[in-house]
Amino acid sequence: MRVGLFIPCYIDQFYPKVAIATLKLLQNVGCEVDYPLQQTCCGQPMANSGYEHLTGGCNENFVRNFSGYDYIVSPSGSCTLHIKHHLHAANESEASAIRSRIYELTEFLTDVVKVSSLKATFPYRVGLHQSCHGQRGLHLAQMSELVAPPFSKPAQLLNLVDGLDLVQLDRRDECCGFGGTFCVTEEAVSAKMGKDRVADHLRHGVNYITGVDVSCLMHLEGILKRANSAVQVKHIAEILTATV
Amino acid sequence: MTSREKILANIKANQPDLRPLPEQYTFVSTFPDLTKQFIDVLTFVGGRALVVPDYAAIRADLQAQYPNLKSVATTIPELADLADRTMTVSDPHELADLNLAIIEGPIAVAENAAIWVDEQQLPQRVAPMITQYLVIVIRQSTLVPNMHDAYKQLKVDTTGFGTFICGPSKTADIEQSLVIGAHGARSLTVYLLP
Amino acid sequence: MNQLNLDHASAAVEFNKDEPRVDWHDETLWFVRTKRDRAAAQLPEWEQLREAASQIKNHVLSNMHDLLAQFEENAKQNGITVHWAENADEHNAIIHKLIQDAGVTRMVKSKSMLTEECHLNDYLTRHGIEVIDSDLGERIVQMRKEPPSHIVLPAIHLKKSDVGETFHEHLGTEKGATDPQYLTEAARQHLRDTFLTRKVALTGVNFAIAETGGFVVCTNEGNADMGAHLADVHIAAMGFEKIIPRAEHLGVFLRLLARSATGQPITTFSSHFHRPRPGQQMHIVIVDNGRSRQLGRPDFRNSLKCIRCAACLNTCPVYRRSGGHSYHSAIAGPIGSILAPNLDMKLNADLPFASTLCGSCSNVCPVKIDIHDQLYKWRQVLMKEGYGPGSKTAAMKAMATVLESPSLYRVAGKIGRGVLRFTPVLAENRFNPWYNQREMPEPPAESFRDWYINNKKV
Repeated sequence: MRVGLFIPCYIDQFYPKVAIATLKLLQNVGCEVDYPLQQTCCGQPMANSGYEHLTGGCNENFVRNFSGYDYIVSPSGSCTLHIKHHLHAANESEASAIRSRIYELTEFLTDVVKVSSLKATFPYRVGLHQSCHGQRGLHLAQMSELVAPPFSKPAQLLNLVDGLDLVQLDRRDECCGFGGTFCVTEEAVSAKMGKDRVADHLRHGVNYITGVDVSCLMHLEGILKRANSAVQVKHIAEILTATV
Repeated sequence: MTSREKILANIKANQPDLRPLPEQYTFVSTFPDLTKQFIDVLTFVGGRALVVPDYAAIRADLQAQYPNLKSVATTIPELADLADRTMTVSDPHELADLNLAIIEGPIAVAENAAIWVDEQQLPQRVAPMITQYLVIVIRQSTLVPNMHDAYKQLKVDTTGFGTFICGPSKTADIEQSLVIGAHGARSLTVYLLP
Repeated sequence: MNQLNLDHASAAVEFNKDEPRVDWHDETLWFVRTKRDRAAAQLPEWEQLREAASQIKNHVLSNMHDLLAQFEENAKQNGITVHWAENADEHNAIIHKLIQDAGVTRMVKSKSMLTEECHLNDYLTRHGIEVIDSDLGERIVQMRKEPPSHIVLPAIHLKKSDVGETFHEHLGTEKGATDPQYLTEAARQHLRDTFLTRKVALTGVNFAIAETGGFVVCTNEGNADMGAHLADVHIAAMGFEKIIPRAEHLGVFLRLLARSATGQPITTFSSHFHRPRPGQQMHIVIVDNGRSRQLGRPDFRNSLKCIRCAACLNTCPVYRRSGGHSYHSAIAGPIGSILAPNLDMKLNADLPFASTLCGSCSNVCPVKIDIHDQLYKWRQVLMKEGYGPGSKTAAMKAMATVLESPSLYRVAGKIGRGVLRFTPVLAENRFNPWYNQREMPEPPAESFRDWYINNKKV
């Protein structure tokens, strides 16, 4: 299967190690991965700010880059969800194909590749931050609001990692407050939400906070660093490819 | 054009194409023991429930709970001797100093401990709220599992007013601290006859 | 500082100046959310019940005209007088007239978010009518000349010490007294006197039944009943969307309402009014006030399914950390943010942005309103119609220009990383809201694309 790797703009620029880990992880499980070089952004920063009407150029560029793949995979629930819900283009049949073929990394691993074992070791206490767009938008994990059986695709994968101790949080799926441009337009609430989210992880003695969205992790990392905390963030792809 | 006509015309112009009512809007609740379920929930919401064999047991418990209480009224003939006044008044304000109202509930719901009363049980609508203490006598045989079952049996407009009562009046408006006895009755005791 | 004159973000800054209080507000409301979760989990059919409620409401929206006509006819046959108000002013004027006709200048009122929306209290006060709110929380905020900050818990922003001070001033309770039992008892005595002496009582309406021409009012305190049953004139005010087809549908809604609101199995009183008691007058005021306009917007009409349980407020991480007053609208929180722009787009253009679009609101909603999707859609409408600041529009256009062009994007990325790497002081300053409470990410030397080209020999 030919997989087109979609690396969101801020990962490309600020967290290349996450993209590298994603690429390795996909190759490790046997995928033929291609990274289209002219990709930029899904358009979400404009769309969530109310300017979806300005995302036409991003959409066309996305379609140019990602047409023809069996699957498109991205280490971001939020950007994946945006494409899934909002990608439209002049070539609407291609856009529609992309919308149906795009996967967030962990759901691709559990639902398409059906990964049942991983050669990864990470002997630490880890807290999983369930990013909202992945969880509630893509249904990567059961939502705490619903009366329905629990499951979690990211947790399912983390449980395959040797030595990893996944903690249970007090509020298992509360938003971290990143929210795209919300993080600066509503700075007071955004930062307070982030601090509260971090505090939940710290109460449970984690060494690392992980998740499927680097944007949330970047926000939590900013708060941890400001507090001079020893706790670090790692994207789930980094943990799923970790070796001793 | 009156406001009525304008509003209805705007609604007609703007409402979407007709969508059907759902086929399923009632659900079956299965509790192993309706009485136990009712009592558990009533206790949870701050009420007191007692299974009693007969009116004599109710009388004994009431005399123990409210010794020497004045301004007691009941609509239940079997307990008339406990009353020193009536709820059958022409002006509801006459009930302002009512201390204890003892009434019957024709249908009670196990899932949420709600008891239906309407004007067949209430000589004045305000009686179960204005009284300081409220007692409702129900029969276990009239317990239904859930609200769907209750509405199947009820005709809500048989009288001009009816209400489901679940526990004593309460509020949590000050720092979410639960306080029993807001504006209505300060306590609710429910006796369950066979 | 009065939060009501500020936009949401600025009001939230004020609210967050007292962090322990924010923590308390957050934890108090989260506790209500956990009670809701426990109550919901007790019904295995919970999700089906939500679906049934949603479908009944979908039917109601699509059959609104006929259901209202049917309701009116049956209500009239029941001896209830039906009034129609196109907007807030007409609603207020109708109620004022009914009070005047009763020959009184005082009224007692139980909770009605509609009257908050219409600013009825202000209107009547200006016209010399004294209104006393009888819900304890509403009475507290009324004494403090504040609006409610929550649909179901109007005084949730206040501590018991605040209430103690207010009651000391207005009800003569002991100075420094903060015991909720004691304070509630003082309010009980004060309001009991009010109930016994007012000849006109106003209540809201939770559900109006087309089939029977009656309506249902739910309270825990019993205040709606105390007011209505002791008054000569009972006025019930309802937005037209409160209609349901048949009494048996109440089984669905009453099972959902209190569980969603506070985690109770049902409210203490669920009172069904069908006819005035002998000698009493009963009036219903059916209000539009923009609702028929909202009904005509396919993307937003579902907001009219709301049964005002406030579950979306309790679960909203932004509401919990910004407080109800930061929404400067009668109805706060996520549902308020999709209702308010319909009332005034310019005044409320900030509200759909007071959200991270996390989606929790849509999941707790007992009638399955797609709240977070509507927040997203309102953002599009508001910015397209020019309600965004010019600077934001310019910035977004510039951003779009960069992001749609692979070459510009790469140049900008290089510059951006360079700024952070070599001149962090440019990025880490007080004009950068990110940096206020968070560190910036450490910029890498190369982008992933650079690495990929260097390492993959493409």
